[in-house]
Amino acid sequence: MKKKTPARAAAARVTRAEVEEFLFHEAALLDEWRLDDWLALLTEDARYEVPSNDRPDADPANTLFTIADDIDRIRGRITRLKDKNAHAESPRSHTRRMISNVRIVGRTDSELRVEANFVIYRFRRDDSVREYVGRYRYVLRAERGGLKIARRAAVLDAMELGAMGLVSFIL
Amino acid sequence: MNDRPLVLNDPQGQSFKVNRAALVDPEILELERRRVFDACWIYVGHESEVRAPGDFRTRAVCGRPVIFSRDSRNAVRVFLNTCRHRGAMVCREAEGNAKIHTCFYHGWSYDRDGRLDGVPGEKDYPPGFRKSDFALMEPPRVESYRGFVFLSFDPQAVPLEEYLAGAKEYIDLVIDQSPSGQMEVIQGTQDYDIRANWKLLVENSFDDYHLLTTHSTWLDYLKNAGVKMQRPDRDHLLPSHGVGKPLGNGHGTTDNANFRGRPVAKWIPVYGEAAKPEIERARAELVARLGEQRAARVADTNRNLIIFPNLLLADGSSVTIRTFYPLAPDRMRVRAWALGPKEETPSARAIRLDAFLTFYGPGGLATPDDVEALEMVQSGIAATWREVPWSVMSRGMSKAGDQLNSDELHLRAFWLQWDKLMRTERPD
Repeated sequence: MKKKTPARAAAARVTRAEVEEFLFHEAALLDEWRLDDWLALLTEDARYEVPSNDRPDADPANTLFTIADDIDRIRGRITRLKDKNAHAESPRSHTRRMISNVRIVGRTDSELRVEANFVIYRFRRDDSVREYVGRYRYVLRAERGGLKIARRAAVLDAMELGAMGLVSFIL
Repeated sequence: MNDRPLVLNDPQGQSFKVNRAALVDPEILELERRRVFDACWIYVGHESEVRAPGDFRTRAVCGRPVIFSRDSRNAVRVFLNTCRHRGAMVCREAEGNAKIHTCFYHGWSYDRDGRLDGVPGEKDYPPGFRKSDFALMEPPRVESYRGFVFLSFDPQAVPLEEYLAGAKEYIDLVIDQSPSGQMEVIQGTQDYDIRANWKLLVENSFDDYHLLTTHSTWLDYLKNAGVKMQRPDRDHLLPSHGVGKPLGNGHGTTDNANFRGRPVAKWIPVYGEAAKPEIERARAELVARLGEQRAARVADTNRNLIIFPNLLLADGSSVTIRTFYPLAPDRMRVRAWALGPKEETPSARAIRLDAFLTFYGPGGLATPDDVEALEMVQSGIAATWREVPWSVMSRGMSKAGDQLNSDELHLRAFWLQWDKLMRTERPD
């Protein structure tokens, strides 16, 4: 079974520009609240994590996180966010995401490890803007249809959530 | 302040009202800092957060910056984090281990027991200067109950155990989850602000009346995962029977038959099939150690316990310690941790933490909707409290005997204690 799979060929060829294009697309979907389209970017075993601010590099198996979702809970989270009774996001937040400093920091046969910086401005009702600043750690998988998100961790730089309050939208 | 009634309790007329000024007025906040917070036992932290001599954590308790630490004999100590020289905060790290805390401003240094150890240029002080007069100050009282450490700024405070009154029984139920009787705080702190008065979170933390409307999406999430829930009868709003219970001194709890799962030890489909054996093992351990009856008491009920004034032990989808304090009349800071049995296996620990996040915290599937509710209350009353002065809290007042968790007896008990303390003059 030495034959190269299409996925492996694809993973080896992915450029930073393609990764950036993918992340910018993801950011646009989230800013536009196209949550089902965003779900379609995830693998069947995807994870989405936001570590606690005081343990940014920890493992959710032994550390309390803010968010540590497997794919089932990601889907549950999206079902909830689309419901008008998800009161914390009804009316929903308006967000604008700036993604930068995108780097491919590792490759395996079929996966890329990618890091990027983010600034997310969040507006809601007449509240003043809330700013979420940090870095993403992605595992992207090259599949037949293109890149998919196998893991995304949004790591906030602030020492505490504090005035940011909630992470009730997809960070 | 004393001429303005803030809580109107009329048992004959079956009416109980809280004046919304209590939630918006800056003068009331100033008064409650002195008459409520400085008069009560206030939660500092859990003994497991500092384990070895020199371990420390800095935090704000009762509005004061403190160093919560272990001294040279490994005793838990609490120091006010202000240099005896000119007042700078001596310790600027959030956590760590240190033999010496040095104030960087002029270099005064203190050992783990709080003693002033080093004074640069000490010989230039007058002859009467004695370092022993300048140890780090400590709150007048520090005591603990089953690992939970509290302080009081009232030297005359009754002993902690007496203060806790009926809450002790409910703390014991939490501790009984651990085979060795030792629970520990798990690393990772949820630390966030809510733009609402702190007392609204007291109410919300043990008010089950809001469950169906505020948390319908969370209930749907459980249902979609296969969790069965059904109202026991027409007298119940909620999917299981539960009572609301005052415990003395303003403390109170809900005490509910569990439908929502518990890491110790009631499996629900949300945990996944793979988690089943682990939960069953925890259940068997409980039964072997405590007997069927006590095991069922620990494992098949969930309880949200408010320890007056600002500590919640929520023994529900997981165990959380949540404390909160006012930053302004319309703003509070919340700090929350997960608590688990010390000897928990790595896989049981992972289940516990996962269960925690289904409900609790700033990214959970339920807590954000509580926060929204509290912020909507604050927004609703901020400018209208003169025209619409009273909030209604009379649910259950006409009932004899037990009151449901969706009634408000336990909320009323909190407010009555608050009102009593607010009317009690204290020296400045």
